[in-house]
Amino acid sequence: MATMKVNELSKDDLIWQIEYNSDRCTMCGQCVAACPFSAIEARVEKRRKVVSTGPTPTPKLKFETVPVIKQVVNKVNFCRGCGICKLVCPNDAIKPVRNPDERFAMKIRSNTGDSVTRGGRSNLNSDNRTFDKIIVGRISQMTDPSLDAQRHTFDMLAPFGRVLPPERLPLEVRDGKLEVASQTPPVRWIYPVIIGDMSIGALSCRMWEALAIATAYLNEQAGIPIRMCSGEGGMPLRLLRSRYLKYMILQIASGHFGWNRIINTMPEMMEDPAGVLIKIGQGAKPGDGGLLQAKKVAKHIQEIRGVPKADLLSPPNHQGLYSIEESVQKMFLSLNAAFRFKVPVAIKVSASATSVSVYNNLLRDPYNIVGGFFLDGLFGGTGAAHEISLNHTGHPIISKLRDCYHAAVHQGKQGQIPLWGGGGLGMTGNLAADATKMICLGANGVFTGKLMLQLAGCVGNEKAKCNACNTGLCPVGICTQNPVLTQRLDVDKVAENVVNYFLAVDKEIKKLMAPIGNSSLPVGRSDALVTTDKAVAEKLQIQYGC
Amino acid sequence: MCRIGAIKSKKYIHPSQALYLMRSQQKGHDNSGFAMVMQDLGGIFKDYKDLPILSMACTEEGMNIVDNILSSEGFTRVMHWTPETNPSPNLIIETMPLYVFLVLQYPKSYKYATQEEKEDLLVNTRLKIRKALEKEDKGYVYSFWPDVLTLKEIGDPKDIGTYFGLWKENSEFTAKVITAQCRQNTNYDIVRYAAHPFFLQGYTTLANGENTFYEKNKLFQQSLYKGYVGFESDSQCFLYTLHYLNKILKWPLTYYKHTITPLPYDDIMKREDKAVLLKIKESLAHLEINGPNTIIGAMPDGTLFTVCDSKKLRPVVIGKTDETVVITSEVCGLNEILPERNWQDDIYPHERETVIINNDLRVEQWQQ
Repeated sequence: MATMKVNELSKDDLIWQIEYNSDRCTMCGQCVAACPFSAIEARVEKRRKVVSTGPTPTPKLKFETVPVIKQVVNKVNFCRGCGICKLVCPNDAIKPVRNPDERFAMKIRSNTGDSVTRGGRSNLNSDNRTFDKIIVGRISQMTDPSLDAQRHTFDMLAPFGRVLPPERLPLEVRDGKLEVASQTPPVRWIYPVIIGDMSIGALSCRMWEALAIATAYLNEQAGIPIRMCSGEGGMPLRLLRSRYLKYMILQIASGHFGWNRIINTMPEMMEDPAGVLIKIGQGAKPGDGGLLQAKKVAKHIQEIRGVPKADLLSPPNHQGLYSIEESVQKMFLSLNAAFRFKVPVAIKVSASATSVSVYNNLLRDPYNIVGGFFLDGLFGGTGAAHEISLNHTGHPIISKLRDCYHAAVHQGKQGQIPLWGGGGLGMTGNLAADATKMICLGANGVFTGKLMLQLAGCVGNEKAKCNACNTGLCPVGICTQNPVLTQRLDVDKVAENVVNYFLAVDKEIKKLMAPIGNSSLPVGRSDALVTTDKAVAEKLQIQYGC
Repeated sequence: MCRIGAIKSKKYIHPSQALYLMRSQQKGHDNSGFAMVMQDLGGIFKDYKDLPILSMACTEEGMNIVDNILSSEGFTRVMHWTPETNPSPNLIIETMPLYVFLVLQYPKSYKYATQEEKEDLLVNTRLKIRKALEKEDKGYVYSFWPDVLTLKEIGDPKDIGTYFGLWKENSEFTAKVITAQCRQNTNYDIVRYAAHPFFLQGYTTLANGENTFYEKNKLFQQSLYKGYVGFESDSQCFLYTLHYLNKILKWPLTYYKHTITPLPYDDIMKREDKAVLLKIKESLAHLEINGPNTIIGAMPDGTLFTVCDSKKLRPVVIGKTDETVVITSEVCGLNEILPERNWQDDIYPHERETVIINNDLRVEQWQQ
């Protein structure tokens, strides 16, 4: 009798099980070839059949050896449920099926003795979104007239840069007219959605390129002045030297990856970049630095970042910064100076119980060099993180954004450091709705990342589907540097999808602004919102309705 | 919709003119009160141009509270005028026991005070009085400023006029600038403070419109100046913005329109003064009004103006004779009190226009 290996990882432990129908299978092999995780393989199985072919029962034993597709069960090649096998199968013979009795979380840890890493978002409580408990409920009826979303002119731009309080504007009256008497901090008026900030390295070059193409197209052809943030990892030299640099926000994070090339290219820049974003933290994994595993550090990534092939771990902190004041004095000042005080420098932090303190402190920045506060919430995505960080650290974005807005109001400094919020926006597919609600709660704008990947074909979700961005084996060529896999991504088609999506977002934001009678962004217009949840109403100080 | 009106004349005019102007524009049940601000006063107030006048309505106890505050601040009474009233059970009016118009002398310690110090004292005292009256629910203080008088009451404007004897013209109670409105804030609780015109330190505004950015206007204005209080009506925000720009920031009136309804970004970028306009759009984003609106305002120097929103959904018309200019919501009001004017010269401001009437009654018309 065979030994029962009850303590080994078994198919029953896995989140995803392959359901295979050998009757439909032609053994074309496409599924096996397509599965980047080698989670399925072609094998042979012995079959025993008793057959009788004569007019009277004359049973005969028949043994057959048949080729089949079988699921691989081990701690490396387990099925991620990406469904690529199903996608390529011409006969619907194979698909991953969610296993309701899985025990993967405990088994993988007990097998490897290591912290589990993965990509994607938090997989806990993603169905219980505060966004979906809030509706735009103050609709103009017989009070002020609603606008016509199709025909009215809307001014949907948000400031990016340090806004001076009115009494400190260097304006002088000359001949009855105001004139600007001295230089003021740079402020750019941009679309209230920023694409970001995902690095080349985390993303395949083709994916990153598609986003950059979409950004340029939206600006130059569609009249939507959207900006894209580079992520931590530098940028291609050709882009740094091109006129399209003006649409790009350069990110500097604790690893400073790519900045050697950026600084060296400065004399050749035709345009200033749209901004600089200092990344302190990321909503998906607050307190953790960036993590690019060696398998994704391909040759071109080594060149762009200026590093050897190795695990690239950005430290959790910017080394050498010990306080908020010091960060302003050193980091903001040097980056502002590097671009001659002509490029706004903003900061991105993970939403946290400490966010209000940080924002309060930055609002008191005496040099007027903090050009934006980007707050990244719990449901932000990432290319790689420890699952425990993804699922069990962070802060929901909505209430923290609201707290920061109220903190600014309390100081009478609202709008002086524009607030940008992100982290799980558009998770249900509708970015316009989430963005408008954030704006009504006090955000000047929002940023989006993971959603862009989903537009490009990312099959991952918040229910443990795929989430394999960290493996370098992205089945759709988005989060990988593997040349075979990246070829799966159609750059032009991705760019087209992103452009189309923003055309829709643009229309849909207008469809929310028009009924509340607003032709410019309703920043802080919380009276336009109604919630069906009393706790939400109380926390966010918005109307309750039932 | 509020019908609003302002009269500016070279000669002193009686408030009956304001009543006639507004009554003809009355629609349906849109006649829930009467409020007016008189500036550049004639008649019995003519000789007290430099002395502050306290305008309020209160109870007897309220009067005592106010007397105590005024004397503790060092103000002394110069003249006390109470309008003669004509009570009748048939009148639709919610009266207060006392209507007080007090001309006061500044405290002796202010003999050598600067204009600014005196102005500050008046605001502080009015706020103190308002707070004290509010606490005990004993009355309302509308203005405390030289050469300005305010009257507000709830009821049918016709009856309010009868009660205060305002229908009968006389030379005792007159002014060169009168702004008026015949409606209380019918969308919410009727509160005397919520009725236009609103007045602060020489600035008066009335508005026909909606301020959909009331919430953010209010949150921002609260921290700008101590006198920005109340917010019983979204239209008060229009006054506070005007005061903030012109009095505190000392910006020309031109920039009022650029602040409350900034041009779209693309339009700004085509202009020579884009640097200034962008700074205003950035820094004063929380003072934008977003909603259809027409505002009529009076400045401390007597200048009268009106501004029109880009959506141009709220009407306004300006009519003029050699002696008088009237800005009001509907032309029937002009026909009532300026029938002799040449109606072909009437001005119907377009979207984004500002029309200004200076003290010589010269009319300037600007496009934003």
